[in-house]
Amino acid sequence: MIGSGPADSGSIPPVAIGRRSRILPAPEDRRGIVIAIVSTVVVFSVLGYAIVSSAGWPRVQQSFFDPETFDESLPRVTAAFWVNVQLFLLAEVLVLVLGLVLAVLRSLPGAALAPIRLLATAYVDLFRALPGILVVSMLGFGIPALDIEGVPNDEFFWALVALTLLYSAYVSEVYRAGIDSIHPSQAAAARSLGLSQLQAMRFVVLPQAVRRVVPPLLNDFIGLQKDTALVSVLGVVEVFRAAQIRQAATFNNTPYVITAVIFILLTIPMARLVDWLVRREQRRASAVAR
Amino acid sequence: MARLRIVTLGVVSLLLVACGPGGSTTAPSSPASAAPTQAASLAPVETVEPTQDACAPESLATTTAGTLTIGTDNPAFPPYFEGREGGNSQPWDPEWGDPTTGAGFESATAYAIAEQLGFTGDQVVWIQNGFNRSFAPGEKDFDFFINQVTFNPERAENADLSDGYYFGNQTVVVMEDSEFAGATTLTELQAAELGAQVGTTSFATIEDVIQTTQAAAVYNSTADAITAMRNDQIDGIVVDLPTADFITNVQVPRSVIVGQIGEAAGAQPEHFSLVLELDSPLTDCVNAAIAALAADGTLDALVNEWLPFSSVPELQP
Repeated sequence: MIGSGPADSGSIPPVAIGRRSRILPAPEDRRGIVIAIVSTVVVFSVLGYAIVSSAGWPRVQQSFFDPETFDESLPRVTAAFWVNVQLFLLAEVLVLVLGLVLAVLRSLPGAALAPIRLLATAYVDLFRALPGILVVSMLGFGIPALDIEGVPNDEFFWALVALTLLYSAYVSEVYRAGIDSIHPSQAAAARSLGLSQLQAMRFVVLPQAVRRVVPPLLNDFIGLQKDTALVSVLGVVEVFRAAQIRQAATFNNTPYVITAVIFILLTIPMARLVDWLVRREQRRASAVAR
Repeated sequence: MARLRIVTLGVVSLLLVACGPGGSTTAPSSPASAAPTQAASLAPVETVEPTQDACAPESLATTTAGTLTIGTDNPAFPPYFEGREGGNSQPWDPEWGDPTTGAGFESATAYAIAEQLGFTGDQVVWIQNGFNRSFAPGEKDFDFFINQVTFNPERAENADLSDGYYFGNQTVVVMEDSEFAGATTLTELQAAELGAQVGTTSFATIEDVIQTTQAAAVYNSTADAITAMRNDQIDGIVVDLPTADFITNVQVPRSVIVGQIGEAAGAQPEHFSLVLELDSPLTDCVNAAIAALAADGTLDALVNEWLPFSSVPELQP
């Protein structure tokens, strides 16, 4: 995926922005590739040697990469990650729906709908301003304290609500940017064909807008995945808390490293997917232009 | 795909390496910096037998010479630390305790130890220091830390833990309308969802002694665990006996102590220790001071004055 295949045969090599890796030189540049590989190996070897041979390394190794703590902590930490997975999968679905509704509400025309636009704007301003840990604590400890009949006091539920409120605010802005990026002539053309305002939004504007904003949406998805660790403040033993419990019991930081690796393994494929989607979008755009 | 994997591995290892130096700056500093101080303090008396004089204020290598710096967590809670009439001094939380008063079990004990070491009340300085940070590896800002730290061997690997100045057990606290309020055995409590603060012996008690069928709920602070109990999000919490006494009598109306978990339930007897920097030159002197206070009945008198608990029943297995 990094560095696409050989350039289109025959024709003049196009100015392919975003088609190639920014890390390696162009594939045609054989010498460049060799130099890049040699220099990478040399730099990494020197760095690796400098780190491993430094005076503090045995302590770092003992503190962060202790095999015994690793074996003992791995099953507990990975098992706890299931809580995070459930939380972000559920939250993501809710966020995608609520964010879209908010964005459409903010984009509604008409003087009479001013209060709707005002409310949607206020919502987005509010939840983008608040720190996640504050909203999670306020809802997760605060609402159950009211002891209202029929309102759940489950901490997982309130963490889900808090993350949905927070991230739908961000995501609605992403959607709105997408909607605003669609030229007004598109909506005007749809209206001239007899589509209603909502139909024009649904069948003409949104399909183009959503496709454009998939990469930034996935970006927010990554943010959401990481913020699932906030549920720990409510007492739920998720991946970070499970690691913290082991860390507090052993004073060894290996459980934290395990947690870090779990999040990285989850996020990096996602980041590569975003890169690929961006490149595909750019290819499509340039294909249309040509 | 192979390329992707290589890049992924590369980034992972880079990040792990990036974590390394951060830890190395704090971790190795403690033995390195403790050693010279110790050597310097011992140098003048090296020829003399280490007698009572080695513990005199002028020969003690305290963080600040001539001053005894004592750390505790903020807020500091009664009955360990009582508030000051007319308002607490800075930076102590205005709602709860002020360690500088000498009132409250741990404040009074700290001043008694200071006096035993030869420091006057004016030579004692209090600083705030987080509970879990107190016994984490590394250099300390305090000469000793006093905050209901229960002794355990893992903690003792990274910091010096003094001999006990208080001996007590863990207890289970629930709301009085809870189905577990009348429990008399650990078996009855195994079905309960119990909470505790992360990194505490209370948490270990839920997992290792009570062995609840549901996983323990784990919080950043005991205050959060109490909130969850009040909210009915969990059935109860596990805290040490004096804390339970304060919760049930002052903090949370309609909460009750179910019982204490002592030797009858197969729990190890517990004691509170002062925390000192690993291999601190003060540790032996502090232990001698505690032994003296125990021998002359001062500690018992302080317990009777500040921690007069009605006899809490021991839970049976």
